[in-house]
Amino acid sequence: MNKLLYNSLIVAALGWCASNAIGQVTSDRLVNSSNEPQNWFMYSGDYSGHRFSTLKQIDAKNAGSLVTKWVYQSGAPSDGSNGRFEATPLAVDGILYGTAQDGRVFALDARSGRPIWRYERPTPPDIRPCCGRVNRGLAILGDKVFFGTLDAHVMALDAKTGHIIWDVAAVDYKQGYSFTVAPLAVKNLIIMSPAGGEYGIRGFVDAYDANTGQRKWRFYTVPEPGQPGGETWEGESWKIGGAPGWVTGTYDPASNEIFWTTGNPSPSNRGEGRAGDNLYSNTLLVLDADTGKLKWHFQFTKHDTHDWDAVEVPMLVDMGGKHLVVQANRNGFFYIIDRSTKKLISATPFGTVTWTHSKDAEGRPAPDKDAEPTFEGRRICPGAAGVTNWFSPAFNPQTGLFYVTANETCNIFSAAPQKYEQGNAYYGSAYFPAGDSPELGAVRALDPLSGKKKWEFEHVTTSAAGLLSTAGGVTFTGDAQGNFILLDAASGKVLWHFQTGGEVHAGPMTFAVDGKQYVAVAAGTSLYAFGLP
Amino acid sequence: MMNLMPGNLFRLSARVVRWSAVITVLALMTGLEAQDHNPFANDPAAAEAGKYHFRINCALCHGLGAHGGGRGADLTRANKKHGNSDAEMVRTIHDGVPGTDMPAALGSIGVEMKDQEIWQVITYLRSIEVRTPPPTGDAAHGKAIFYGAAACSKCHMVEGKGGRLGPDLTSVGTSRSLESIIQSIREPSKELVSGYETATVVTADGKDAKGIVMNEDRFSVQMMDTSERILLLDRDKLRSFQKSPVSLMPPYNTSALNEKDLQDILAYLLTIGSK
Repeated sequence: MNKLLYNSLIVAALGWCASNAIGQVTSDRLVNSSNEPQNWFMYSGDYSGHRFSTLKQIDAKNAGSLVTKWVYQSGAPSDGSNGRFEATPLAVDGILYGTAQDGRVFALDARSGRPIWRYERPTPPDIRPCCGRVNRGLAILGDKVFFGTLDAHVMALDAKTGHIIWDVAAVDYKQGYSFTVAPLAVKNLIIMSPAGGEYGIRGFVDAYDANTGQRKWRFYTVPEPGQPGGETWEGESWKIGGAPGWVTGTYDPASNEIFWTTGNPSPSNRGEGRAGDNLYSNTLLVLDADTGKLKWHFQFTKHDTHDWDAVEVPMLVDMGGKHLVVQANRNGFFYIIDRSTKKLISATPFGTVTWTHSKDAEGRPAPDKDAEPTFEGRRICPGAAGVTNWFSPAFNPQTGLFYVTANETCNIFSAAPQKYEQGNAYYGSAYFPAGDSPELGAVRALDPLSGKKKWEFEHVTTSAAGLLSTAGGVTFTGDAQGNFILLDAASGKVLWHFQTGGEVHAGPMTFAVDGKQYVAVAAGTSLYAFGLP
Repeated sequence: MMNLMPGNLFRLSARVVRWSAVITVLALMTGLEAQDHNPFANDPAAAEAGKYHFRINCALCHGLGAHGGGRGADLTRANKKHGNSDAEMVRTIHDGVPGTDMPAALGSIGVEMKDQEIWQVITYLRSIEVRTPPPTGDAAHGKAIFYGAAACSKCHMVEGKGGRLGPDLTSVGTSRSLESIIQSIREPSKELVSGYETATVVTADGKDAKGIVMNEDRFSVQMMDTSERILLLDRDKLRSFQKSPVSLMPPYNTSALNEKDLQDILAYLLTIGSK
């Protein structure tokens, strides 16, 4: 064999191997995601939940020249009857993988937005999603993408074709369970947790074998009598105690710990009948990734009666010589917890808060006695939707700032007796905007070591847009009026904006293909991609 | 797997047919269970239960005491826009009202009631219903002064005729309580209808304008000025932009509109709203 032919065969073989390697996402690649900034491997971009990218082709100097590269229409009804487009897509080796409302999954050519495959999950008519037929995204591992369905199934699709690899019913959806969360892939496990805090479910965090769909462990977020925490529930209220984990958590590969946060106890606004702290509702859970065993926990709001789910992303920040987990919580406080000592360092308000004027022995804000909802109604700030909510914060290690969408609202909280019926809505309450509620929002940049505000960018109404920050010195967000907005990460100054025509109700992400950086965000019923001309 | 590429359309169709069959059966079952008369009529315990269901499911739009809110009608009125019989009310609550903010009773955000609970809510609403006496005013005279001396039509439209700076009043007679309408006439700034706040702008070249904000975002404002001109403004080019909770509408106190004329205008609005 002559040398030229030999070399040609080698090159051809390498090319064949390379083409077959596309879509193979190993656990190591997920752990070392910072080595591949062109890819966006998981809901928050990386295991720490920073929603930060080292891509810097788009920067503060050229941001003004951004243009729309493509628009993908999800096919969801534009009348909003399927809820909003809340997903963050993934980008792996030039392919964008995403979900949209009502069981829609798609893979796109990331350069053009052209679909490679689409899958649509047929959904039973009697599903019980509280807040729209939404989905926040996928996990990817090996050659599969994973997602949860509104009828509480966990599914694996072939990443190249969209064909079903496995489909597992996690729990009976008729009891009020649904999946809206983007799963988290850890080692060979797919981590999931349901929504359903408005239906009196008993929450859990599950881990499924990525290859087979077999459930490897389940941690119930509401313990039963006799288990640690079981004493924090009155009578049999634990059976319908809620505590869902409907936003994707984070993972520390060094300690092999999953950080997952939970939502409200059920019923959401009436504490009568569930006396006690109601563990592990509104709690940061630190679970052993291999076994699901609880290693430690921190409860943000004990015995919540204001629907202040603590599901916001528990971000892992190593800064100032400390290993921290920080969270901007729906109840209006920015919590800084030391991962080494497992102790709360501080809790600082980052919005208007009227429900507390004291702290307990651990430094946790303690509710005032007159903060409880009554039948006649009580005015409390923040409102039930919180100062912030599920939409993602971001952290930029270069500016050292934590970015969060913060809303100023106050509600009249009214409680009313309600009998539990399986699968039926179980609020025990109603809440209304107070007449003097500001109903305003902003992007706030906080010092993650103190929680103190460094700058603010004001919206004209409340916002449910997430954030993304990059090494280009820019921070992306959106607003309820349909603007996609680029801010200077250091100062909050507007650098560029684009009217998408639909509410931005999702978090942006960024990726690169063929050496070109893109930034993508869902707005209205479409996914937009922007880049330099 | 249901892949929506052409080769898989058959499987999609098969599944759609399957779910359609389920939906049809469910619809038939619902129809079989439907009743036209309230099984809890005049039952105080059912009214009390209905009060709680109303609080949880309805009060956000219709107000805590069912007297109407920003979006929902006053339900204490016997004359309801979408029907006042038991059969009409249960249909309205069960199915919602297409084309309005009124959702169906099942599967909507924040609203979820089974048939029994709907009947309890209707029992509650019957218990607080106010039998409004027929309007004592002269509707014909009310119409005359609405379009004449009182100049209401300068800013308000009724059945397609009138101005644009204030809310359309065609259905106000059924959607709001009399007390609320009177308050809006006597003290218009006390509770401004959303979307009708007064705004004043000064442009970069020093020109000022007053009107209502039709839409706005962080970067632009769309206004109607007092001459009903649409102004398209960029925020970064404005010298100032201020919104005020004081209505453009002057207060119609008793010297501006006597009690008889007020009653005549109310009679006119109630007559129109009942159509």
